[in-house]
Amino acid sequence: MSYELMKAVEAPSQDHPKLRPGDTVKVHVRIIEGDKERIQVFQGVVIRIRRGQHPNDANYTVRRIASNGIGVERTFLLKSPRIDKIEVTRSAKVRRAKLYYMRNLRGKAARLKEKRR
Amino acid sequence: MKGLIGKKIGMTQVFDDKGNAIPVTVIQAGPCYVTQIRQQERDGYIAVQLGYGETKPTRLTQGQLGHLRRNNLRALKYLREFRIRNGSVEVSEGQEIKVDVFNKGEHVDVVGTSKGRGFTGPIKRYGFRRQPKTHGQSDRERAPGSVGQRSFPGKTLKGQRMAGRSGNDRVTIQNLEVMVVDVERNLIAVKGSIPGSRNGIVIIKPSVTSIRRNHGGKRK
Repeated sequence: MSYELMKAVEAPSQDHPKLRPGDTVKVHVRIIEGDKERIQVFQGVVIRIRRGQHPNDANYTVRRIASNGIGVERTFLLKSPRIDKIEVTRSAKVRRAKLYYMRNLRGKAARLKEKRR
Repeated sequence: MKGLIGKKIGMTQVFDDKGNAIPVTVIQAGPCYVTQIRQQERDGYIAVQLGYGETKPTRLTQGQLGHLRRNNLRALKYLREFRIRNGSVEVSEGQEIKVDVFNKGEHVDVVGTSKGRGFTGPIKRYGFRRQPKTHGQSDRERAPGSVGQRSFPGKTLKGQRMAGRSGNDRVTIQNLEVMVVDVERNLIAVKGSIPGSRNGIVIIKPSVTSIRRNHGGKRK
C-alpha cells in the first residue's frame, strides 16, 4: 500500500495521552441519544493495542470488571471523534503486548503491579 | 461526460460527521486526458476516450504515441472509452480531467478486474454446498454432485456449472458513495470495497441508478 497516498484520508490527530498495555484508563465517550449528547466514562485496563494497516484503523481494547465479577471489554478506535478524552490513571508493569491472560484471572490474581518510574 | 481511470491504492476507514467509521477504498484517479472523442458519423457511436498513467515513451508503440501526439499529450499507459448514450460530450480532445468531476456524497459505479483465483472447484467458484464429511462418505466432500439426468437427455447440459478458472473477470460494483475527494493528490475514496488487487486499474463512472433517477426514471 502506498502509505504516502493513504495519508491523505488520515483523520486529524487528537492530543490523547499515549496508551500502553496495562494502563488503567478512563475513556470519556460521547453518546448521542436522539438530539441529546452526553458523556459516558468507561474505566478499565488496556489489554491490547492494535496499530492496523492505516492510522485510522488503529484501536485498543479496555477491560473492566462489572458487577458480579463479570468482565466487560470495549474496543475503541484510536482516532474516533466520539472519544471526548482519555485519562490514564495508573500504569502497570507488564511483560506482554497483549494481556489476554487477564481474561482467565479474577479477584486478587487479576491485580497488576504499578510501573516504577 | 463524467468518468475517470484510476489505480486502487488500498482500504481503510474514515469518520463521518457523526463519528461513524465508514469503510472506504482509496483510489488514485487521474489526472486523465481526453485522448479522442468517438463520433457518430465517423465511428458509429459516441464515446469519450480517456488516457491515464504517464509512462516512458519507449514503453509504448509508435502507433500509440502517434495517437496521443495528435493532441500533444504525454505517453499514457491506459486508454479507456466511456460511452455516451444520453447527455452531451461536454469535453474536448486534449482536455485534462481531474477527480473534482465527482463530488462528495455522489454515487458512482466502479469497474475493475477481480482477483484471479486460478482453477477452482465449484464450491469456491459458484458457492456450491459441501457434501457430508461423515456417514461413510469419503473423497466426496467437495465434489460437485450430479451433473445430469438419465438416458434422457443422455448428456450433460451446456452451461452446467463445474470447476474451472475463476476470477480475473470484469466486475462492476454499483452505487458506491464518494466519501473523500482530494484534488491535490488526485485521490478519491468510495464507501465499501471494489474489485481487484491493489494497484489494479479501475474505472469510475456515475452510477447507472443515479443517472436513471436524474433522467426521468421510475424513482424520484
